[in-house]
Amino acid sequence: MSDRMLTMSEALREAMSIALEERPEVFILGEDIGIYGGAFGVTGDLYHRFGKERIRDTPISELGIVGAAVGATLSGMRPIVEIQFSDFTAQAMDQIVNQAAKIHFMVGGGLHVPLVLRAAGGSGTGAAAQHSQSLEGWFANVPGLKVVIPSSPYEAKGLLLSSIDDPNPVIFIEHKLLYKIPGREPVPEGAYRIPLGVSRVLREGKDLTVVATGIMVSRVLSAADELDKDGVTLTVIDPRTISPLDMDPVYASLEKTGRLMVVQEAPEHGGFLNEVIAKVATGPALGHLIAPVARLAGMNIPIPYAPQLEKAAVPQIPDIVKAAREVVANWR
Amino acid sequence: MTTAELVTGHPLESPENARYALLTMSRIRKLEEAVEDLFGRGMMHGTMHLSIGQEASPTGVCMALNISDQITSTHRGHGHCVAKGADLTRMVAELLGKENGYCGGRGGSMHIADVETGNLGANGIVGGGIPIAVGAALASQLMNKGTVVVSFFGDGAMNEGAFHEAANLAAIWKLPVIFVCENNKYGMSSSTELAFAIDNLSERGLGYGIPGFTFDGNDVAAVYEATETAVKRARAGEGPTILEFVTYRWKGHSRSDKNLYRTKEEIDEWKKKDPILFFEHVVRDKGLLNDEEIAEIHALATSQVIAAVNEAMKGKPADPANLLDAVFKKVNS
Ligand SMILES: Cc1ncc(C[n+]2csc(CCOP(=O)(O)OP(=O)(O)O)c2C)c(N)n1
Ligand SMILES: [Mg+2]
Repeated sequence: MSDRMLTMSEALREAMSIALEERPEVFILGEDIGIYGGAFGVTGDLYHRFGKERIRDTPISELGIVGAAVGATLSGMRPIVEIQFSDFTAQAMDQIVNQAAKIHFMVGGGLHVPLVLRAAGGSGTGAAAQHSQSLEGWFANVPGLKVVIPSSPYEAKGLLLSSIDDPNPVIFIEHKLLYKIPGREPVPEGAYRIPLGVSRVLREGKDLTVVATGIMVSRVLSAADELDKDGVTLTVIDPRTISPLDMDPVYASLEKTGRLMVVQEAPEHGGFLNEVIAKVATGPALGHLIAPVARLAGMNIPIPYAPQLEKAAVPQIPDIVKAAREVVANWR
Repeated sequence: MTTAELVTGHPLESPENARYALLTMSRIRKLEEAVEDLFGRGMMHGTMHLSIGQEASPTGVCMALNISDQITSTHRGHGHCVAKGADLTRMVAELLGKENGYCGGRGGSMHIADVETGNLGANGIVGGGIPIAVGAALASQLMNKGTVVVSFFGDGAMNEGAFHEAANLAAIWKLPVIFVCENNKYGMSSSTELAFAIDNLSERGLGYGIPGFTFDGNDVAAVYEATETAVKRARAGEGPTILEFVTYRWKGHSRSDKNLYRTKEEIDEWKKKDPILFFEHVVRDKGLLNDEEIAEIHALATSQVIAAVNEAMKGKPADPANLLDAVFKKVNS
């Protein structure tokens, strides 16, 4: 096994490069993905390697781009759309929600939409309210869309390759703070695929089961390291895809820990991880709970600009440590 | 004092007007240079979109507007904000995330709005302000306000659906709105040659029944004259106009731009068409201002910007404690 450490940008680029080589029907379209290399540098040199037909720069026309991609899928292509910031999916919402998600079902199965839409989500860069949202919950509430949230470079590469293979529309949300930092584990060379709809248990402990997505996974892992020192141990589960959602490892873990905490960056109200709580409340593991479920999420506010405000708006490592400690201490 | 008294009228009509036009352009440039410096020194976070090289368009447009007229602005909005009469200290305070910034530190560079001077806000969404300007113009028409609304946007924004739907509404309702397209040749890395199949972006008006014209956007007098004509038309109830001002941004799109999509020669060529130097030549030629006066105006702009930065630095950092209260306006307040 290789010990190559990549950033998430590099891992994503590698996945796209493999797909472009494997399948002539794969092409990428989006704003500034060509010579510029992508707003976050993810497409990088692909333009020089695969040419402007397949690495297709577009005008600033999100609705048109996504719609064109949907149309291309119906005629046999497999486009990957890059939307610079997930906030701008709002511009393209008709094509995502009313078209891509429903076509296969509505027409009785005769058409399908193998589309991947990649977009940068999340806060932490001072880009303020219209460039920092965590909108995964919107998409998770639309039947017909798969929703993937990689939490590290290793996950990103394997999940993106599976997303490209998938015959359905996949919304692939990349946290922008993860792009440039090295991951927690090596990224193998060549193709490997991580199936959609399989949660991953990243760490096993006895006191508390924590379910987290995206950037919150690394924050929870750091918190777990810190809590270890006082003998509080966490089981950390990254669902990786929130649609479909694999709850089995959560149920299994609750049998051991009896306590659940969910951590997300998106605002608490109506957030996706509430679904995890609902599934636990209505599922086989409810009887194992010995504590009320703890929920850590973004404040119910737009993401503010000033660094001290922005930090306060979403869970940070000390918040996670504190909340975890409390739930374990208060419910013995 | 960091706010200038607004002067309206032709930039070449009198020495006072010439002085004001030059001072405004100089204030914009010096402010942008200060922003770049604050950023470079790590005192400002987030990103920045500088309008250096594009100072003539906001200045000429706003000299054709009254204080009660409104604008919508863009991510590259510092110039629009200054030209409409904003207070430099509150602008810089916002960039520094201070309580006394225009948005209380919540919005930053891309969201500065100034109700008093009719600035309905910068925008982080390309094209986001265009339908809003149309709505503000609709309100003006419905309430017989007699005011006009200018929507500033870039060349790139003209390819968003928002522009097209808004333009049609403005046309069929004959709204007092002016669509000001600041064509700086690029939307991030995509050149207008790649992103459009027409020569002049103002031709887009044809499909909507809106007169459209293209001008040298680095000539503040030409910008003023074009806007003045469009303002008259709007106030007379004759409907919208599209004005395309051709200009150029000297700096990268934002902090992360490596300028791979254009040449250094092209940038240098455009620097020779500096709107500020060009205006200095004109006013000298016409005997409106002499070298000494020109130097004094720039010195004044510099001292105003320095004062604003110093004052802004003293501000209290925005306090996370009241964020939840800031989301909704209180009912009945
Ligand atoms: C809806 C939307 N799409 C994309 C972006 C990212 N973006 C910000 S500015 C910009 C370029 C805008 O070009 P233009 O309208 O010409 O304005 P300029 O930057 O040249 O002033 C892009 C693509 C955005 N902010 N909003
Ligand atoms: Mg532009």
